Amino acid sequence: MILRVTPKSIVQLKIVIHVTNLAFILTWYYWAFTDALGADPVKALIHFTGMGAINLLLLTLLVSPIARFTRQPQWIKIRRLLGLYSFTWAVLHLSNYVVFDLQLAFDTLLEDIIKRPYITVGFSAFLILTSLAVTSPRAMQRTLGKRWQKLHNLIYPASLLVILHFIWSVKSFDPEPILYALLLLLMLSTRFKVVQQRLFSKSAGRQK
Amino acid sequence: MAKLKTVDQPLTENNVTSESLFKNRRNILKSMGFVGAGALLTTPQSSTAFSLFGDDPQFQTRALPHKKNSNYIASDAITSEAKATSYNNFYEFGTGKDDPKDNAQGLTVDPWSLIVDGEVEKPLKLDYDALYNSFDIEERIYRFRCVEAWSMVIPWLGFPLHKLLNKALPTSKARYVAFETLYRPEEMPGQKSRFVGGGIDYPYVEGLRLDEAMHPLTLMSVGLYGKTLPPQNGAPIRLVVPWKYGFKSIKSVVRIRLTSTQPANTWNILQPREYGFYANVNPKVSHPRWSQATERRLGSGGLLGSQRIATQAFNGYSEVASLYKDLDLSKYF
Ligand code: HEM
Repeated sequence: MILRVTPKSIVQLKIVIHVTNLAFILTWYYWAFTDALGADPVKALIHFTGMGAINLLLLTLLVSPIARFTRQPQWIKIRRLLGLYSFTWAVLHLSNYVVFDLQLAFDTLLEDIIKRPYITVGFSAFLILTSLAVTSPRAMQRTLGKRWQKLHNLIYPASLLVILHFIWSVKSFDPEPILYALLLLLMLSTRFKVVQQRLFSKSAGRQK
Repeated sequence: MAKLKTVDQPLTENNVTSESLFKNRRNILKSMGFVGAGALLTTPQSSTAFSLFGDDPQFQTRALPHKKNSNYIASDAITSEAKATSYNNFYEFGTGKDDPKDNAQGLTVDPWSLIVDGEVEKPLKLDYDALYNSFDIEERIYRFRCVEAWSMVIPWLGFPLHKLLNKALPTSKARYVAFETLYRPEEMPGQKSRFVGGGIDYPYVEGLRLDEAMHPLTLMSVGLYGKTLPPQNGAPIRLVVPWKYGFKSIKSVVRIRLTSTQPANTWNILQPREYGFYANVNPKVSHPRWSQATERRLGSGGLLGSQRIATQAFNGYSEVASLYKDLDLSKYF
């Protein structure tokens, strides 16, 4: 009962991804500027864009297990777009912080990056995501050759840093980041051979 | 150095979004599940389901006769009432800033009983009406600085704590004052579940040195913006200590106990490295999470409605500095 992925459905999926992301971004900024996001729209936007970045990151990581599980490698074709949107949300997240929260006090930003562990970690993740976004075009992939895959494997440490950033950003016990951490660990576990054999060999038929 | 602006723009009616419009949008978002996956876990089912279909019954506040105290008037623009009553840290009702307003409307405040006991010669008990009748109610406009590096300017109604303490006659052994918030899990979802209440051991407790408690600035507040307190702001009675971070200003107080030893305070129990007993506003001592050198003043309006300004020592209430002249403030933060 799994959808067959055709070139046409890839195009459709990409349109859906563009439209949803852009619609969310536009609506939220509209609400933020028109004072419809509660008492502190700055905090609300930082929160929303942070969640957007992490959600898209998890979706990006979900693509290859899905491709494997459904035995339809074409899924991979939407991975780059999802990754780039994760980066877009992260850029918005950081910009909100710098522009609307710190109000361009770059000295404070520097101090935060050095002294506040949750920001140090978030900033490291941001640097990794930036390098992945910059090297994501096909041309770059060709130029970098084998090193490209090595570089892009940094998505795993980046996702762990992001989760740590999320956990450390809350003041007291909060189930939400813990839930995300479990989800990520679950997804990363599908990268291990043992898990892959258990998980995929059943549905993928008896190939061995 | 960063450029710092001062807040001086006046508050106008158009800056304040109509409440119902705002609420509507939030409910749409909630129903679509976009306020965060955890909202499902962290908001009590009943109130979420309820608010999807219409307005929750609102807690009723009433106008409170008072005199303006001209010693404490605003030099900065006052924060809009809509913001001050919808952006609260009151973990008994959930850890999100808008949770208290959403979840506290059913709090019962009448009958109430506030006990003053411990090291006093005449223990006292104030019932609901006595909270408003025992002392002259005055209006004082104070700056309110949260440890999370945001701040507001709020017109409180209330009476100085020293009037209440003097009535109970502290004994010579009294050196500290311990405060306790209502413990009522049936009405406070955060006390019922760790998942809602941020893992805090309730009831919430706070404390002051006796000289801090007796300082003329220290206020027991029973109202704001001309009316009695709504539950999200700590109805029916709360402490306001304007030179300390907001978490010292304990809400919905049921007991004030004078003691000879330093009482515990909730955030210090939870994270002793991050939150001390004194918690004086101090731009020179940064918190592991926030530089305290500056703060964002929440005034009115949208994304551009808040301004980053320099934080002042003791939140600008320099008259309290003499209380701490023998204290190393970086050690006793
Ligand atoms: C230099 C880089 C970054 C900075 C300065 C930064 C800053 C912040 C701040 C100020 C908060 C709010 C903490 C609070 O509630 O007080 C936050 C939360 C968060 N950030 Fe970041 N962040 C950075 C990078 C990232 C990246 C790369 C991601 C994800 C891809 C991310 C995802 C999140 C998430 C999910 C939250 C939790 C949402 C919330 O509770 O508000 N952040 N970040």
